[in-house]
Amino acid sequence: MKLGIVVNEGPYTHAASDTAYQFVKAALAKGHEIYRVFFYHDGVNNGTRLTVPPQDERNIVKRWSELAERHKLDLVLCVAAAQRRGLMDAAEAKRHGKDADNIAPGFRISGLGQLIESGIKSDRLVVFGD
Amino acid sequence: MTEPSEGGAIKKFLYVNRKAPYGTIYALESLEVVLIGAAFEQDVSLAFVGDGVYQLARGQDTKALEVKNFSPTYRALEDYDVTKLYVDRDSLEERGLAEEDLVVPVEVVGAERMAEIMDAHDVVLTF
Repeated sequence: MKLGIVVNEGPYTHAASDTAYQFVKAALAKGHEIYRVFFYHDGVNNGTRLTVPPQDERNIVKRWSELAERHKLDLVLCVAAAQRRGLMDAAEAKRHGKDADNIAPGFRISGLGQLIESGIKSDRLVVFGD
Repeated sequence: MTEPSEGGAIKKFLYVNRKAPYGTIYALESLEVVLIGAAFEQDVSLAFVGDGVYQLARGQDTKALEVKNFSPTYRALEDYDVTKLYVDRDSLEERGLAEEDLVVPVEVVGAERMAEIMDAHDVVLTF
């Protein structure tokens, strides 16, 4: 089955990102296809490479990056949500005259259309949030 | 999936709004998805349950909160061909609201009908 995933909460405060990650891993292990993981609301905070959690804790951002690399996942941060919350790739940083970018490997920034498309193209759209 | 069109099937999208309009950003960002999604020419409906019914309440004044009052945007949904708005009857009544207290025409439905509506949609996005 082709699955679209939506993550609506940021890392650590809320379990949504953890649950989505475990769900995606389990779905891949069962042979399902992940069409896209779309991060919305505070969920975009899962895509900053600047998090430094204590060493004995799970690294939520790095975990997504590694999973994306291993399985060629499409991890998308909503651009409007990302702009509100200070998530930038190099192109966005340049466009807005900011002195840094912070997007983690394996993530990309794109529009809400990618969420709708994920709903259209996936057999199921699974939403993780509050 | 309902009927095919060029470039693929049209799916039935239901946006379920469960949060009060202010206090968290979910309601505003949900509306942003609805507006962007309208360009994809899918079959779109909105549902309002729980505190989500407050999103449609008339007479919102957000000046003191220093946030934008986005309730007029619901009146613009018609221009985007988004006209199917379902509101949960119990949620309205529990909050002392009636259909005439809302900024747009809606269909007030009971819990059982709301469940049928959700079941009849291909994509259910909850906010």
